Amino acid sequence: MSSLYERLGGEAALDAAVDIFYRKVLTDDRVNEFFDDVDMEQQAAKQKGFLTMVFGGPHNYTGKDMREGHKHLLARGLNDTHVDVIIELLGGTLKELGVGDTDIAEVATIAESVRDDVLDR
Amino acid sequence: MAVIRYAGRSFSVAEGESVLETLLSANYEIPNSCRAGVCQSCVMQLVDGEIDPSAQKGLKDSWQAQDLFLACRCHPDQDLEIRLPAVDHIRVGCQVTGHDRLSGGILRLRLRPESQFDYRPGQYVTLWRDTTLGRSYSLASVPVLDGDELEFHIKRFSNGRLSSWLCDCVNVGDRIALQGPGGYCFYTGNDAEQDLLLAGAGTGLAPLYGILRDALQRGHTGQIHLYHGAVDIEGLYLHETLQELAATHQNLHYHPCTLNEPPGRCHDVRVENLNQLLSRERSGLQGWKVYLCGPDEFVKKQRQHCFLAGAGLKDIYADAFINHSQP
Repeated sequence: MSSLYERLGGEAALDAAVDIFYRKVLTDDRVNEFFDDVDMEQQAAKQKGFLTMVFGGPHNYTGKDMREGHKHLLARGLNDTHVDVIIELLGGTLKELGVGDTDIAEVATIAESVRDDVLDR
Repeated sequence: MAVIRYAGRSFSVAEGESVLETLLSANYEIPNSCRAGVCQSCVMQLVDGEIDPSAQKGLKDSWQAQDLFLACRCHPDQDLEIRLPAVDHIRVGCQVTGHDRLSGGILRLRLRPESQFDYRPGQYVTLWRDTTLGRSYSLASVPVLDGDELEFHIKRFSNGRLSSWLCDCVNVGDRIALQGPGGYCFYTGNDAEQDLLLAGAGTGLAPLYGILRDALQRGHTGQIHLYHGAVDIEGLYLHETLQELAATHQNLHYHPCTLNEPPGRCHDVRVENLNQLLSRERSGLQGWKVYLCGPDEFVKKQRQHCFLAGAGLKDIYADAFINHSQP
């Protein structure tokens, strides 16, 4: 079976997904404090990498990247509730792209699998 | 830990350190400026070993093919042998053909390259005072309109070693070395009907002036809104030129603003912070292409504003002044 990444339309579709997802993240008061002072271009590239991974596309994300990349945010209070919000916003993004519930659940499971890396547990 | 070999000596690159930092701490004079992978001043050449492609990001193909890379972006995980490329290989000699003041003390510098030099209006180059001291400036000229003369708008900073040299010591007829061009902030012409937002603070107007005239001469038909912000009225250093352009192009709308109240009556200039003005007047940017040029803080703030106002990430082009204050 093809991955959601392929069914969505590969890399081109990813750009549209990043636009929707990033806009949600920046406008959500529960999480946007963590994104306020970052370089948007770098951040968009990271989100593209993240979405590629959770959509089952070719990626080079590692647990080590996830740990290193979020350590400074743990010091600023990043916790489980914020990861919950990100997964919720990811689901909302997929809904807007017309993705079905089964696929959304699968994406949430993959996203869930990096929770401990992100929170350095 | 990786070891680099340079000028017949070997140095360990500490964890997290760049090749540039290693060589500078060993007291070598390696040309550099922004230390952020943008200005391409610290370009070096690989003799032996392998480098990560991220150290070649933004370099033109012919440079990549010659194993040139950016020392500030190179964090080696294996041993390398490197050298500085020959200067006349990467720099172009230019003659100073124009050196005059616009309002606000802004220098309009014109240079004529002595050999073939191709660029897109809005890109930037590095101008060199000597072998190691260089700074990046954006191109305000357009090849088909300005011929082989390049135009730059330079603000003199009292502690700016390059800008004060350009303003005070350089004369018409002198020679200056230039390196580049770089950057992706230019008019692509993919969609002549797309609406464009051009916003610049201070001499951030320079690349926008190039992009704007490029778009107009290529027959852009979408609406073009140009915002220029300055501290004082004198800082609107192309005010009349832009008013004339707007008067002859129906789709061009010029929005000047200043922080300080102008001394006389000046109905067409808004007294407002450029960020506030843009946030207030520019919502609904779905489908627009946006060009942002100026200080880093301004560009960061507006990139976020324009994105949240609907512009796609891929449709926001930016050119930020990046300063690395050197000891």
